Amino acid sequence: MTVAPAAQNARGALPARPGRRFSTAWLGVVPFFLFSALFMVLPVGVLLAGSFEDPVSGAPTIQNYIDLSEPNIVEAYGTSIEISLVTAVVGGFFGFLLAYAVILGGLPRIFRTLLMTFSGVASNFAGVPLALAFTFTLGFQGLATKFLADNLGIDLYGKAIGFSLYTKLGLEIVYLYFQFPLMVLIMAPAIDGLKREWREASENLGASPREYWQHVALPILTPTLLGTMILLFGNSFGAQATAYQLTSGSIPLVTLLISNQISGDVFHNIGLGYALAMGMVVVMAVAIGIYARLQRTSERWLRS
Amino acid sequence: MTGPSLGPRAPGALESIQSSARPRPRGGVGAGRIGSWIIFLVGVIYFFLPLVATLAFSLRLQPFGQAYRNVLNDDPAFASSLIYSLFIGIVTIVISTLLIVPTAYWVRLRLPRVRPYVEFVTLLPFVIPPVILVFALLRAYSGGPLPLTVTDQGLNVLVVAAYVILSFPYMYRAIDSGLRAIDIRTLTEAAQSMGAGWGRILWAVILPNVRVALISGAFLTLAIVIGEYTIASFLVRPAFGPYLSLLGHDRAFEPAAVSIISFGLTWLAMGIIALLGRSSRQSVQVAGAR
Repeated sequence: MTVAPAAQNARGALPARPGRRFSTAWLGVVPFFLFSALFMVLPVGVLLAGSFEDPVSGAPTIQNYIDLSEPNIVEAYGTSIEISLVTAVVGGFFGFLLAYAVILGGLPRIFRTLLMTFSGVASNFAGVPLALAFTFTLGFQGLATKFLADNLGIDLYGKAIGFSLYTKLGLEIVYLYFQFPLMVLIMAPAIDGLKREWREASENLGASPREYWQHVALPILTPTLLGTMILLFGNSFGAQATAYQLTSGSIPLVTLLISNQISGDVFHNIGLGYALAMGMVVVMAVAIGIYARLQRTSERWLRS
Repeated sequence: MTGPSLGPRAPGALESIQSSARPRPRGGVGAGRIGSWIIFLVGVIYFFLPLVATLAFSLRLQPFGQAYRNVLNDDPAFASSLIYSLFIGIVTIVISTLLIVPTAYWVRLRLPRVRPYVEFVTLLPFVIPPVILVFALLRAYSGGPLPLTVTDQGLNVLVVAAYVILSFPYMYRAIDSGLRAIDIRTLTEAAQSMGAGWGRILWAVILPNVRVALISGAFLTLAIVIGEYTIASFLVRPAFGPYLSLLGHDRAFEPAAVSIISFGLTWLAMGIIALLGRSSRQSVQVAGAR
């Protein structure tokens, strides 16, 4: 075991001398931090450093970040953010309703167990197989597409509706498949955490169920609700495989632009590729940061 | 909505009224319940329709089950890619366990001050999406002192390293909550008083006690690794994700069959976690999107 030598020394030290004990005990976490540095922090540091360098001369510059204002890059960020926002809000809203329905909606308890187990699976059913499954359902030759055309005379891909799975809307429908269940999984324990006493107290004070939700339950759930929606935002913002498999890159997304840049320097500017990647990390960092903050707020309320 | 309006009443009277008016403490009535059913049914249709369509598609090739036979019997790439991904997954889990268990244990026992830093690092994979991580790894290791991208073995090292990083959030949270449930200080002191060294304490005392947490983290990692596409494809690994992606572009019915098999594997992994989670009262974790 890697910690053995350091630990052996630390055991002999007395608690009265925390300074010395601390210095040797440090060695126990070295393997973890070393590994993280080698395969995550330093490589991303290479991207970060490269994003501030002129790719030809190597001189420090912020030109790469200025070049992010190229129309196709702005469009990609716009589309990625739009899809992430839409799926986060829609997925969050229906995920919350679904969690509410099975917990407080008076459905048999078995449905709740089923939904939770299924959500665990569905939230992990992403990437290539998910894209394929929707192609078989709502694709040009998909089962649902065919069924609607043959039996109900609704031609999804016809001029009147003009639907296509391989567009922004199509991608949003597919992304919701993993957004939804994630919301259910996080909201269900939060709804469960609403204490009976709060409800009884508000009823004692004469509140209607509507007033209870408006003034007690929703304000308590809001940090979790918002936080989870932001998590969903990050979840779809960083997704690449699903979109790549479904559209082969025909929708401009940041992850797909970066993919093209990795496969072959499409911008003819490595520095710009680095800046593109760092821009994405910044968006994700902001999203996860807000999520972590809101999560801490809600934990204070819902801790039992 | 979720119960009849009671209005202001004396607290004493409330008890009896409440128990008669609401036989199920948290149950809904009337329109609320119908609404719940509608939402639930819409959810069920949305969830199951793609699965049903994929299953139907996979069975369309005649004679019955031919698409599955094509894949299982006549496509060596199916078995080889699945075995490769399973193998990579297991190596990932072993390395992740070796890194996370001692670290989480040590932080709890001796270094509580380091805890925020460890938590921060284990959350970083959420901030750095796989496509950025693989981009960074390719740039950092395509030359310089460690040119790992040049050889096949080097690329295998990189893919495992990337997956170990991806597993950090799940493994750390699973193991840390497992450690919270036991009294590691007393266990450690008891083991020490019987002459056990640190390696033995971790292996024979701590590990068996966080077994359930560890296994649930491990299966989640396995589910992620087996279906992973982005990292494996950029590192040109003969893994299951890239195989399925290629099949999806080349063939019609076989990808449906493989998707069903892949879904079955995810279901199996999650089922095991749910089963374990029930006995240990630990919350089930979820992976991010791909």
